[in-house]
Order: sequence, then C-alpha cells, then structure tokens
Amino acid sequence: MAIATVSTIVFLAALVVGITHAPGWPEVHRSFFDWGQFKATLPEISRAFLLNVKMFCIAEVFILVFALLLAVIRSLPGPVFFPLRAFAIAYADFFRGVPTILVIALLGFGAPGLALKNVPTSTTFWGIVSLVLVYTAYVSEVYRAGIESVHPSQEAAARSLGLTRGQTLRFVVLPQAVRRVIPPLLNDFIGLQKDTALVGFLGAVEAFKQSQIDAAATFNYTSFLAAAFLFVALTIPLARFTDWLVARDRRRRQAGGVA
Amino acid sequence: MSALELHDVHKRFGHNEVLRGIDLTVEEHEVVCLIGASGSGKSTLLRCVNLLEAIDAGRIVVEGDEITARGVDRNRIRRRIGIVFQSYNLFPHMSVLRNVTLAPRQALGLSKSAAEEEATRLLARFGLADKREDYPDRLSGGQQQRVAIVRALAMRPDLMLLDEVTSALDPELVAEVLQVIRELAAGGMTMVIATHEMSFARDIADRICFLDAGVILEQGPPEQLLTAPREQRTQQFLQRIIEAGRM
Repeated sequence: MAIATVSTIVFLAALVVGITHAPGWPEVHRSFFDWGQFKATLPEISRAFLLNVKMFCIAEVFILVFALLLAVIRSLPGPVFFPLRAFAIAYADFFRGVPTILVIALLGFGAPGLALKNVPTSTTFWGIVSLVLVYTAYVSEVYRAGIESVHPSQEAAARSLGLTRGQTLRFVVLPQAVRRVIPPLLNDFIGLQKDTALVGFLGAVEAFKQSQIDAAATFNYTSFLAAAFLFVALTIPLARFTDWLVARDRRRRQAGGVA
Repeated sequence: MSALELHDVHKRFGHNEVLRGIDLTVEEHEVVCLIGASGSGKSTLLRCVNLLEAIDAGRIVVEGDEITARGVDRNRIRRRIGIVFQSYNLFPHMSVLRNVTLAPRQALGLSKSAAEEEATRLLARFGLADKREDYPDRLSGGQQQRVAIVRALAMRPDLMLLDEVTSALDPELVAEVLQVIRELAAGGMTMVIATHEMSFARDIADRICFLDAGVILEQGPPEQLLTAPREQRTQQFLQRIIEAGRM
C-alpha cells in the first residue's frame, strides 16, 4: 500500500512537471484550465447536462426491454422461427456495424422530414430513438450470452416438470441469465451515458453542445473540461458499483454461498 | 392397461443409433431397473419416455394414451411423468421451497398456499423440513437429490423415471437417496430406474432389464437375471461389475 502510494505520487508529479514545462503550456493553461471560466460555465452546462441524464434514463428503459425481446427471439428454436431469428441477427449486425453518430445524423435529419402524424420532430426525440436502436443491438448480445450460459440441463429440468417453453424462459432461464450479465450490462450503460453527448450533433443543447456554445462565445475551452467533469462524476460511481457487483458475485461463488 | 409400453422405439443422434428397437412394458406399481454399460441407451430411453428427446420410430404409450402421437400436448404428458436426473438439476436461484412449488403453481395452477402446504408435507416426509428456505448450493449432494425427487413428486406423477440418481453422489450419501426410493416403491409408485447399483436393483426391482447396444437383450426377475443370466453379454457385464467390486 505504501509503495503503491509513493509510486503513484512520483508518477503524477513527473507527469505534472512534464506538462507544465512544455513550451506551449502557458497558452494551454489559459484556454483550457481557466478556473474562472470553469466556475462561470458549470451551472449552465449542468442544466444542459440534465438533458443527457433524461435521454439516458428514457433510452435505458426501452433498451432493456427491446434488447431482451431481441435476445429471446434469437434463442427461439426450430425452423418455423427462422425468419424472426434472421431478422434479429440482421438487426444486431447492422446497428453494431454503423457508427452511432451516423445513425443519429440519418434519423435526426431524415426522420422529421417524413412529417409523420403524432410523431415528435424534436431532435431530442430522434436522438433518443437512435440511441435505443444502436444500444438495443449491443445489449441484446449481452443478454444472449447470458441465456446461452445457462446449462441446457436447467431447461430440461423445467420442461420435464411440465412447464411450457415460455414459463421455462421466464422462471428458470432468464433470471439466471440476467444475474450473470449484470456487470456487462452496466458497462453498456456507461457507454450509453457518454453517447448521449452525440445527440448534441443534431443541435439539441445538452452538456457537450452547451460547452461548445460557451467555448465559441469566450474563445476559451475550459467549458469542455466542465462538461467532461460532469460525465465523469456520473460514470465513475457507476463503474465502481459494477466492480463491486463483480467482486461480490465472485466472493459468493467462491464461498459456495447463496446465489 | 399397462402403466407404460414401448413398442419398437428407435432413437438416433446423427449417425449414432442409440436405441435400436426397444420393447418394454411396465405394469402399474411395478419397479423396473435398467442396467447396462455406459452408452447402452438407459438414459436416452428415460429421456424419450419423458419426451425430452423425440423418438425417430416406434410408439410410447402411457396408461393407454399414445404420447408419441402427433399433436399431443407434451406439457400435459410431462406433468404425469416425473424424472430425476443424475446431476439433480435444481434451480440454483430459488429456495428449496420455490424449487418444489414452481411447477405445481405454474403448470397445475395450484394456489401458493396449497402448493406450499403440499411441498412442506413432502419435504418433511423425506427429512428436509428444515431445508425449506435454503438455496440448493448450501445442501449436500444427497440432500439436493432428495429435493429433486420431492420436486418431481410434487406434481403427483403416475410414473417416476430415475436416471442414475446416485451416480454423482459421494459414497456415504448414496444410502439416504436409495432409502427415499425404497419408500416410494413401498408406497406403490411405478418406477423405471436406470442404475449402476446392482445390490440396490436386486433389492428393489420387480424386474431387471439388461440393455446392450440399444436393445433390451435380456430381462427377468432380479435373482434370475443377476445370478443366472442366459445371454453371454449379460454374463460378461455382470462379471465386470463383480470384478469392480460393485456387487
């Protein structure tokens, strides 16, 4: 512990000295680390950040449901369900392959042009739709890995008791599958939180867009730092929580305790 | 009417024909033990009767109903036939009580209180009353297997299939599970038991069937089959068992 602390301090000190003695440091210091600017822009960016949080929360709910649906569709057996399975595979391939920013651009700029009745045209709405489409593909793969990790003998035991396929999935397979994939699920949550910043590309004034506005108005980039600070303040606790869950799960398994 | 009839049942996995024409009749309250080397088809036979595996040819009839006919409700059939596996296959994320009550509640539509009352009664009968709230991985192998038997019994099956239920157990835990099966037999439960425990088979079986390469090569009362087998293959198998000190 003592060695780790000393080594960390020495390393950080070397890094700070290295950077602050760089030839361009005074200029960088002025335009990126302006404490006055930080304090001045943080409240406004914080308000904009609420939009990120809102988009994240709404998108997450839909993602969790749709992704589970997609994973279940992909696990359906038999030739009858081939078209559904093929759709699920094509969907996951497509939306994992296209860069998120492109999906956001295509839907955000294209979809409102359809002038659909009773469908919002706001950039926030289409931004959320884009994130749901993309992350559903990722999260469904996580669920699928969980479903496949449940041993076939569990399904055999459930079916042998006369439970239907649906009951088996609901009471036996999915509860075990979801439990196992909570850490990777949280990992994708963190990715989603960060990617809400991409919706700013459409013009929605979320934290990143607001910091861009501030930077353009003052010729000072410290506002970006303020935005980064807000994202990190949200994702780090979640990352630590994920680590804690993983560690707890490992402890339990090793102890052979309650699953 | 017989409890179970198999007529010329065939089952293949790819190019490997595991069952090559099984004919077997089990009467009500009868206990039939299946013996034979690993890979002779004992487990596959039981899994076919429970419809966990689809057969390729032949017919399986349970109390007059052909369960392998097209269009039968497999879930309804399975509720009448209990099966217990070598590796217990308890649901690890549920307490013992929920393991036992899940199927009665979901498949039979019993109320929570009725299912729990029945489960508690069965658990008590097999010495598991104090394990009600425990999770499976807190139990010994013998206890887990007894819970698995109780879970199958909670569906009030007409027929029980036991697939080498003591093979995964430490030797000192085998007796408690065999005792449960003896109790079931004494209670008149119709059972088909795949087993490597020859002395147990001799004790409990009304009839022993020797499976070899996917057919029932020889069957008869325990004393006759175990001490004076007619077929050479049966003699060889029993000789190996004796040499291994398992009889």
